[in-house]
Amino acid sequence: MSKEKEKKIGEQAPVQELDIFEQGRKDHPEDDDTIVKMRDVRVAFKIGSIERVIINHLNLDIKRGEVLGLVGESGSGKTTIGRALIRINKVSGGEVLFNNVKISGKIPKKTERLLKTKMQMIFQDPGDSLNDRANIDYIVSEGLRAFKLYKDEEDRLQKVQQMMQRVGLRPEYLNRYPHEFSGGQRQRIGIARCMIMNPEFVIADEPISALDVSIRAQVLNLIREFQQERKMTVLFIAHDLSVVRYISDRIAVIYAGHIVEIAEANRLFEAPLHPYTKSLLSAVPIPDPKVERKKKIITYNPAELHHYVLSDAPKLVEIEPGHFVRCNTPELEQYKQELERLGGKK
Amino acid sequence: MSKKEKEILKETPVTQEPASQEPEVVVDVNNLSVGFTVRGKKINVIRNISFKVYRGETLAIVGESGSGKSVTTKTFTGMLEKNGFVSNGSIMFDGMDLAKFKTNDDWRPIRGKRIATIFQDPMTSLNPLLTIGFQISEVLRLHHGLSKQEAKQEAIKLLKKVRIPNAEARYDDYPFQYSGGMRQRVVIAIALACRPEILICDEPTTALDVTVQAQIIALIKELQEEYHWTTIFITHDLGVVANVANRIAVMYGGQIVEYGTVEDVFYNPAHPYTWALLASLPQLGSKDEALSYIKGNPPSFSGEIIGDAFAPRNEYAMNIDFVKEPPMFQISPTHCAKTWLLDPRAPKVEKPKVIQELHERMKRAAEELKRQEGVEDE
Repeated sequence: MSKEKEKKIGEQAPVQELDIFEQGRKDHPEDDDTIVKMRDVRVAFKIGSIERVIINHLNLDIKRGEVLGLVGESGSGKTTIGRALIRINKVSGGEVLFNNVKISGKIPKKTERLLKTKMQMIFQDPGDSLNDRANIDYIVSEGLRAFKLYKDEEDRLQKVQQMMQRVGLRPEYLNRYPHEFSGGQRQRIGIARCMIMNPEFVIADEPISALDVSIRAQVLNLIREFQQERKMTVLFIAHDLSVVRYISDRIAVIYAGHIVEIAEANRLFEAPLHPYTKSLLSAVPIPDPKVERKKKIITYNPAELHHYVLSDAPKLVEIEPGHFVRCNTPELEQYKQELERLGGKK
Repeated sequence: MSKKEKEILKETPVTQEPASQEPEVVVDVNNLSVGFTVRGKKINVIRNISFKVYRGETLAIVGESGSGKSVTTKTFTGMLEKNGFVSNGSIMFDGMDLAKFKTNDDWRPIRGKRIATIFQDPMTSLNPLLTIGFQISEVLRLHHGLSKQEAKQEAIKLLKKVRIPNAEARYDDYPFQYSGGMRQRVVIAIALACRPEILICDEPTTALDVTVQAQIIALIKELQEEYHWTTIFITHDLGVVANVANRIAVMYGGQIVEYGTVEDVFYNPAHPYTWALLASLPQLGSKDEALSYIKGNPPSFSGEIIGDAFAPRNEYAMNIDFVKEPPMFQISPTHCAKTWLLDPRAPKVEKPKVIQELHERMKRAAEELKRQEGVEDE
């Protein structure tokens, strides 16, 4: 970016004194432990004149400072939820609140701009999400520049170098280009670019799916370190339950645009109730030949399992404290009995 | 086999596989080295490896990106990139030395027909402009000389075999109309069409969801039982192979660092690299501690590798690891590893705790699963 242009952007955007989101927190102290609320959210895509509803009537609360794992298969709508939160996908019904301030639909320009400093995203493919033609220095400091979050050039460089070191990359790499890095290193750059903004809320959309197993652990540890150090809130999207268990406080399982089960991470593994959760659990490969050979894979066939009628439509019901499952009345009874047999919450 | 190794063989009590029942060797790789010419410079990517593939079994080749696992199997079908070449060694298959094959005419009776490959991304192996049906029946017409009608009948049968629902109707669909898992099934059907003796699966499930991954692996296993082929399964995820593999070869820096039956490698791993690979599996992680991972990067092949290639990243490395390459130490008749730690003079080291407890931990996990299933059955 040329110097003049950079200056211009800097002038345009003096960081606001009065922060609407901080105000939002102050105004609703009773709701302060919830950072994101999705109320009856609907997201649809238009293909020609046909509208395809991906998500409908979705309600989801994300608590401040937690890591919420969002698990489901391709096409279940998990990425759409993440993208709707950060305003990449348009929300066509319901609303999304961030710190009790509405951030979906039409919102003032100022709010939208401010939101970008508070909410950041880490993408799945570290190759595609980095600009090939920009060097690392530019990529990592783009956010800082756009919002003029630094005193002078020296300060900016120092911030970038510190962040590079923090994610385990050498500061000398700043003048290199993305193609010179391995997949794991690129994902670190993606994380550096996200974390340098010091966001309150991070959406990590399958950040490790494209990586080798040995490198996955590095990236997972890095995200977890940042989260614990800064008390950030993270929405961690993945298709693999084993990964999510390790990093999440709570896990939400999503199928065909509906949340079918939410529980505390360990509880979900102890007492999965919804058949889809069970099938996901059974699909996780167990690194033990004797056990793995005996394991039965449960397939989920919604048409056979659920007999939903309009008069008794399935709802997300809190079956025990903090444990929600989507079911209708007869299913609720069945799940309750199952829970009893499995034993109460430890 | 050296004298010493023979002695070890004698000493070790015969447990699982008595020598008389040793299965038939299909592919025998001996001292294979593969090089590439990059900008006029020759680099060695596969460095002197030897292993056997047994008939009807599944051999899993496990390692990080760049460890040479794909390159090794590409030499089996002559699919090395243009600048690649076999610089030494032999690949014996049915009395032929595949390492000596040069032209496409040499390869034609082998590639696809007797040794078939399934790749990671099904979209790259399918032609997006041709229908699924055409691509399967093409194989049948060319290799088996079937007529168009016969080929169609046979192709639909194959599609049903790989569990494509409504196969007749989907025969005329194009690849983009199939989901990722379905496309991989089609690729398997194409590979099946030739009734190969060896099926090389090159990371067939890496691009897929866990649920779909489980299905594809189950399918490959099931079809293997029916058609009795030999599978070579390449992956970077040790967790995946526990189910499918009979034997595992762990590769690092262009060499096989550990080779053994699946039980050997999971319950009694000997190489620090195998330990690290196992320990980094998120299935083994617990919430209270950071996941262990392998520090540093895989070795670069541009310079000469001195000593043990894994030494710079190995927390158990000894001085000798940086100087001299370790030989392959035979641990049991089926199990060997390439690390100085197995030398009688080496100090005793403790394996990481996670791995020592692997079976106990996983048993508990299985019991949990069973408990849940039991509830379902009632």
